[in-house]
Amino acid sequence: MTRPSVAGDRTSGAANPLVDYLLRIADDRLVLGHRLSEWCGHGPILEEDIALSNMALDLIGAASALLALAGTVEGKGRDADALAFFRDETAYRNALLVEQPNGDFAVTIVRQFLFDAYSVLQLDALSRCGHADLAAIAAKSLKEDKYHLRHSSDWMLKLGDGTPESHARTQRALDTLWRYTDELFVPDAVDHATAALGVSIDLDAIRAQWHQLVADVVGRATLTLPASTVRATGGRSGRHTEHLGHMLAEMQIVARSHPGATW
Amino acid sequence: MANTTTAPHDDPALVAAFEARIAAGESIEPKDWMPERYRRQLTRMMSQHAHSEIVGMLPEGNWITRAPSLRRKLSLIAKVQDEAGHGLYIYCGTETLGVDRHELVNQLLDGKAKYSSIFNYPTLSFSDVGVIGWLVDGAAIVNQTILAKTSYGPYARAMIRICKEENFHKRQGFELCAHLAKGTPAQQAMVQESLNRFWWPSLMMFGPSDTDSPNSGELLRWKVKRKTNDELRQRFVNLTVPQVQALGLTLPDPDLTFDEATGNWTFGAIDWDEFQQVISGNGPCNHERLAARRKAHNDGEWVRAAATAYAAKRASASTEAA
Repeated sequence: MTRPSVAGDRTSGAANPLVDYLLRIADDRLVLGHRLSEWCGHGPILEEDIALSNMALDLIGAASALLALAGTVEGKGRDADALAFFRDETAYRNALLVEQPNGDFAVTIVRQFLFDAYSVLQLDALSRCGHADLAAIAAKSLKEDKYHLRHSSDWMLKLGDGTPESHARTQRALDTLWRYTDELFVPDAVDHATAALGVSIDLDAIRAQWHQLVADVVGRATLTLPASTVRATGGRSGRHTEHLGHMLAEMQIVARSHPGATW
Repeated sequence: MANTTTAPHDDPALVAAFEARIAAGESIEPKDWMPERYRRQLTRMMSQHAHSEIVGMLPEGNWITRAPSLRRKLSLIAKVQDEAGHGLYIYCGTETLGVDRHELVNQLLDGKAKYSSIFNYPTLSFSDVGVIGWLVDGAAIVNQTILAKTSYGPYARAMIRICKEENFHKRQGFELCAHLAKGTPAQQAMVQESLNRFWWPSLMMFGPSDTDSPNSGELLRWKVKRKTNDELRQRFVNLTVPQVQALGLTLPDPDLTFDEATGNWTFGAIDWDEFQQVISGNGPCNHERLAARRKAHNDGEWVRAAATAYAAKRASASTEAA
């Protein structure tokens, strides 16, 4: 008697690496935009309710365009909403950094700053990549994310060099979130496969520029770059922290309660 | 009665000149002389309006994280963000009357200031977002279109700008309701249930009946208000009933009938006891709304302190450099 083989693929990524690649860029923005939208109505000052909502709108808007593109490239009839609301957490491809809960305002700002610094470099490179549609979306988002970076950098300075309490909270946030930054710069099989399609960015170069940018702001904010080399990764292959599932449960509940309905 | 006369220190000659300007349809500007009562009434109305925008972010904000499509999610965030913008804008307007925004915010957090009663009702389904846009923003527009002709210039100008955005919100809300009304049976039931819950509270938004409105007389004389609560309420009902019919929905009022003689839709009795309960702090969500505002304020205390401390350091650094 022969037993059925239980040896499957080591990874279970999408058949088309470009789809996976687009989902990574899209999911980073959808998840972070969703997190920011959780602040709406609850910000520390009214002006921040407005600013965080603005950033949420930019990020979710970019995610919509990227998900639509991913659906088109995939060619299985999934539109942006199908990809946003009917994928489970293990099919999400965002980095772990962006799914971390809002915490206090310092956590939100540090998370935003670390991502913004990465995003402007990533989008700048993607705006010159060999895929015209992706390059166009990247170019548009780049303009928006430059504002986000300015905003989050300003708050890094205000919080880091504000009061002893704000300094301590911001340093703690930086120490906690630092472990999730390495993941942004580690190329894997998807990056290598898309490079052959003319869609690739030099992650090593971006890492160096990112580090310089972050170190500069952190220094001016009188904060200390964490020395820890602990790394948490897995988001890009669907191995998330437990936080994402709760976020998606909330985000997807209405859509999934009405299968076949349109909104 | 003390609350319907001008304050004793107002010079009668100045009051007479002021009232002549109002009668001539002139707009009153921040640096113009105005009776203390006029200043107080406007501060009360404008701050209530600003508070309503801010508290009003909460019921709809409740559905931002659950909006079932990306398009609805984006438009809902944008709408709630607009409300924050309106609040900020009107708070700035009250500053032209010499009142500090922080003082007004503290009055809200202390439970001393009023805001629109409608926001003390819970949002229990996604279609509430549509019904609020349609009815609540619709009612606000009926109020604010008239307020755009109010005698105080800064408030009138704020209303013109805000009304444009509220009109957009109303269209968006109506469009969502229209979509759901043609949707699956579950969606149709959902929007009808929302309409049933929000109809009467929407009518209460225009405030007490004219026979029971303590501030109306003076406000009408000074052209702060241009129409009575009941006139505006009737106008809203007349506008809305045909829209409900167009969507194939019903209103929870068996007494609703069209009066051929007046051209008005006459409606059943409003439950003023419920209204009194809600405006005196005992509505379904008064406690939650204020608790949410207080939590945001308290949690943000250290952030505001940091921004202030940082600004002070920058200022002293630039003074030393100079």
